[in-house]
Amino acid sequence: MGVLNEEVVDLHVSTVRELNSALHKAHDGEHWRVTNPGGAHNVAVGIDSEIDVVIDGHVGYFAAGMHQKGTVTIEGSAGTGLAENMMSGRVHVKGNASQSAGATAHGGLLVIDGTTGARCGISMKGVDIVVGGNVGHMSAFMAQAGRLVICGDAGDSLGDSIYETRIYLKGQARSLGSDCIEKPMREEHLAELAELLAAAGRTESPSEFRRYGSARTLYHFHSENSSAY
Amino acid sequence: MTDRALRESATFDRATIRGIQRAAETGIYHIRGAGAKRALPHFDDLLFLGASMSRYPLEGYRERCDTDVTLGARHASKPIHLDIPITIAGMSFGALSANAKEALGRGASAVGTSTTTGDGGMTPEERGHSKTLVYQYLPSRYGMNPDAIRAADAIEIVLGQGAKPGGGGMLLGQKVTERVAGMRTLPVGIDQRSAARHPDWTGPDDLTIKIAELRELTDWEKPIFVKIGASRPYYDTQLAVKAGADVVVLDGMQGGTAATQDVFIEHVGIPTLAAIPPAVEALQGLGVHREVQLIVSGGIRTGADVAKALALGADAVSIGTAALIALGDNAPELEDEYQKLGSSAGFYDDWQAGRDPAGITTQDPELSARLDPIEGGRRLANYLRVLTLEAQTIARACGKSHVLNLEPEDLVALTIESAAMARVPLAGTSWIPGAGL
Ligand SMILES: Cc1cc2nc3c(=O)[nH]c(=O)nc-3n(C[C@H](O)[C@H](O)[C@H](O)COP(=O)(O)O)c2cc1C
Repeated sequence: MGVLNEEVVDLHVSTVRELNSALHKAHDGEHWRVTNPGGAHNVAVGIDSEIDVVIDGHVGYFAAGMHQKGTVTIEGSAGTGLAENMMSGRVHVKGNASQSAGATAHGGLLVIDGTTGARCGISMKGVDIVVGGNVGHMSAFMAQAGRLVICGDAGDSLGDSIYETRIYLKGQARSLGSDCIEKPMREEHLAELAELLAAAGRTESPSEFRRYGSARTLYHFHSENSSAY
Repeated sequence: MTDRALRESATFDRATIRGIQRAAETGIYHIRGAGAKRALPHFDDLLFLGASMSRYPLEGYRERCDTDVTLGARHASKPIHLDIPITIAGMSFGALSANAKEALGRGASAVGTSTTTGDGGMTPEERGHSKTLVYQYLPSRYGMNPDAIRAADAIEIVLGQGAKPGGGGMLLGQKVTERVAGMRTLPVGIDQRSAARHPDWTGPDDLTIKIAELRELTDWEKPIFVKIGASRPYYDTQLAVKAGADVVVLDGMQGGTAATQDVFIEHVGIPTLAAIPPAVEALQGLGVHREVQLIVSGGIRTGADVAKALALGADAVSIGTAALIALGDNAPELEDEYQKLGSSAGFYDDWQAGRDPAGITTQDPELSARLDPIEGGRRLANYLRVLTLEAQTIARACGKSHVLNLEPEDLVALTIESAAMARVPLAGTSWIPGAGL
């Protein structure tokens, strides 16, 4: 392993604060490797340059939080709030992710090869998320924009109170949340899904998926809808 | 009219009757702006004792009475220094017009204090015109961008607001214009709901990690505030400090809002007066009073209110409603227009509706253009100067060379309720109801 001119930060030796501070000063094109992450929280938060970071192991909360531009690859699993509010770039988790993966993220591509906990893509605002396995309950809650691709199943209340996010689901949803409905798969949807699957390195075929989105009945307050709130 | 003795019911008074009629007509709860309208124990129920035989006053025009305050030195390498202990509270662009945000920035900067963003992100207008700008980090994360956090001078994690502890936000469709919708990544014109819970953390242990994340993002430079709506201030303050907050912002139930259900505003949360002593007790118990600053808001109107909040142990206060009034909200010159909207100067609270004739709580370009941000800023700066001079007047009379030297010992209460809540004696007695229990 190892890339030429790779900077290595060992979290047995350095603190997370030292790591993040170094990553914030890094320059475009650099390669970084983080060893012995040991489930630490806030690893690789706030990257803002075209760097490539590989983390050799499991991480805790908010890994790659508020990520911009570069690439973060986690060779393990991630805790709560993975890549929360990421803006651009790419974050790839080889294992599983806990709750609120990709929460409120505005852009970029988040790939989780395994399964996620509850609230995957909660309030997502433009990010694309591709999950190889299942997602937990309340995923895509109040999801505003972007696309959530689920190659496995979804837990209860998928897409509750969803706005304009498009959900592509290969397996079954335990239940759909308020205002979330199945929608027809048109050509443009098959095409964008094919692109997303390819970008995430998946082999599933777009034709195996169904699309879900907002019925848009809760966009205005009407007392007749009170049972949905 | 005949001379019958018409008697209004205390239970079914005219406002209550109208409320029932309104509900029956519309089928939807009443949404409005501003804070609680009911009478509550408040700063008016406290008095300062002033100097006497055993206390020396300062000369009003000769001896200095300082007003500056530093916020956030506990963990941040770049704390905030303010010339006066009165800040402008978080009010969103969306709720307020861009001109109003600019006017707030101009007014605050002119007297050396800070402004705060709100739900919906940071606008260039407010960043450009605010010397010191606090960035609100809210559950909705609308417009949340790490670049904005880096451009801010402090970060305020919002758990709640005094007007609606436990509630999310709303912005009705009339105000969700293309610009507002774009900043929030939402369709134009929808009735927008903001989440009540943060999407990626719950509880004090998670908050500790969240605060650490924000510190990591900003290389531990910026102070981190935690804003709570007053409900359980003793525990919330303790937990915020334990989680690593540099500053606790405590907003009482009189605190204003741009759009909330009336039932929420009037019935949830506790008064500002009742919230301060438990928060101060929590800080003192942890040995961090004055090290972790306490900013109090909710119904601050005068320099007397400022002085009383500081005397009870706050390090600074924050204003929302009063700042809007200073800009021109509820101005008598607009009476005709308020009448057309079914309101009247002095009563106007339809800040949710987007039709504000003063150009403050609106996104309508024509209405917004009525507010001149330079003139608005001048008026706000004037008002802030008056608040400061008033607070200094009281502090000097109590013999204090800094407004932060005011203390509970300077205060007495006019009512048993306020004595119990503020934990100061009923005037003329040494009785603090509840003390020693
Ligand atoms: C028009 C308006 C908009 C507000 N928007 C926000 C907001 O976005 N975030 C927030 O934490 N508080 C918001 N608040 C509450 C204020 O930050 C503050 O807590 C309150 O106004 C203080 O009480 P006061 O109005 O009595 O001074 C808003 C208040 C008003 C009047």
